[in-house]
Amino acid sequence: MSDALVEIRDLSFSYGSRMVLKGINLTAHRGQVVAIMGNSGCGKTTLLRLIGGALRPTHGSCKVDGQEVSALTQRELYDLRRRMGMLFQFGALFTDMSVFENVAFQLREHTGLPEPLIRDLVLMKLHAVGLRGAHALMPSELSGGMARRVALARSIALDPMLIMYDEPFAGLDPISLGVAGNLIRRLTDTLGMTSLVVTHDVQESLKIVDYVYFVSDGVIEAEGTPADLRASNVPYVHQFIHGEADGPVPFHYPSRSWAEDLGLAHA
Amino acid sequence: MPDRALIPVRKLGHRAIDAIWRLGVVARFFIWTLTRSGGCLRRPQLVMREIFSAGVLSLIIILVSGLFVGMVLGLQGYETLQTYGSEEALGVLVALSLVRELGPVVAALLFASRAGSAMTAEIGLMRATEQIDALQMMAVDPIARVIAPRFWGGVISMPLLAALFSAMGVFGGYLVGVVLIGVDEGSFWSQMQAAVDFGDDIMNGVIKSGVFGVAVTLIALFEGFDAPPTAEGVSRATTRTVVTSSLAILVLDFILTAIMFTGV
Repeated sequence: MSDALVEIRDLSFSYGSRMVLKGINLTAHRGQVVAIMGNSGCGKTTLLRLIGGALRPTHGSCKVDGQEVSALTQRELYDLRRRMGMLFQFGALFTDMSVFENVAFQLREHTGLPEPLIRDLVLMKLHAVGLRGAHALMPSELSGGMARRVALARSIALDPMLIMYDEPFAGLDPISLGVAGNLIRRLTDTLGMTSLVVTHDVQESLKIVDYVYFVSDGVIEAEGTPADLRASNVPYVHQFIHGEADGPVPFHYPSRSWAEDLGLAHA
Repeated sequence: MPDRALIPVRKLGHRAIDAIWRLGVVARFFIWTLTRSGGCLRRPQLVMREIFSAGVLSLIIILVSGLFVGMVLGLQGYETLQTYGSEEALGVLVALSLVRELGPVVAALLFASRAGSAMTAEIGLMRATEQIDALQMMAVDPIARVIAPRFWGGVISMPLLAALFSAMGVFGGYLVGVVLIGVDEGSFWSQMQAAVDFGDDIMNGVIKSGVFGVAVTLIALFEGFDAPPTAEGVSRATTRTVVTSSLAILVLDFILTAIMFTGV
């Protein structure tokens, strides 16, 4: 069994004529928490969708557990997805089901387990995210942080080998932020999973991840351990980590010159 | 400028191609829904839940509307029939109008506004809040798990709602004609019994409402599934559901009536 769970080689993807990812190379080893960072709209979420098989690459290869994702049939893809979990940005909980039913959903759909066993498993998963006492609540009664923790419990219901997190820290208060970061690290370690975290939250993610890829404008701009990146002199990484308003990522959206916009071009 | 002159023609062509393409997408969606309905047989409780939300929750509006439509038919029918001295035929007029036409058509229009719009909004919001994507990532086919049970829930509910609408309408006609105006009760019921044929009238009405059920539910589910994942996208899709399914009901009603009752 290869040590690499996710292997992406020379992967490109375009929406129509717009190239979103250009020649990406990325590896996530088993048991690692790997962060994919970059500013909004740089193609991070698209990368997760390619790994999950929701999109097909225009060029290159994307392997998960040794299987080329784009070459799988629908049935094979669904088999692979049963061993993967995904945490969506706002949880994507089923709003017509209680917290308990949300976590039990995959167990009911994919296993023939008896109801008492499903109940015990669901309560264990909810306990792992600290929300066993909230099992009877509806998603509308949860805060943003709680909803994401329930979604996390739902995504680990079948003990997946890989979990992908799409912006798990977005919009959370400092306490929820710390809780979410700790959970990602702790669950990865205790359940022996691999985690891919797409985020732009530098401070929280650098605390918990093993390896970081910086994506900018569809290419990997830099990669390394958190310590490497903190010490990095790459201008983009420096701007990103220190949150500087201007730099390689400009403050101004590309525009015509002032003279043209004010109608002074001929003056 | 020949190019500029051609622009309206080109636009018309694009619109026609778009419309045909969309029709093809709807047809493919319909086939997917049918071929992935096996889960509904294995887990009938999923369909029962949808019958509750599409059918049972529409009962009040269907029953009240049926009652009033029947009462209006009773009044209007009596006014016309008494001119010819045949007010005893009021029962026949009320029953045939309801069973053949008004029951299936008005119940389907109400169903489209009440349950169809709710289905579109629900599916559209599920897409906007990534619940459909979450299903796919959990290796659960959204067509089989979300669309098919709602489709069969709607298709089963529609004829039952139309039957209840007609029954309430007949009762409304009886209230106005017999209780209020004083038409002979025996003639009212016996003439109705003699003139309304089970095969020709009632069954054709049931077939009509079944076809309307398929059309309305399919349009509602497709519009929701196809809606852009934004607030504006979902609101437009909901409006389109009501408009498109109302038009579909009226056009299909004409076609079915032409085939069933005039032998075209």
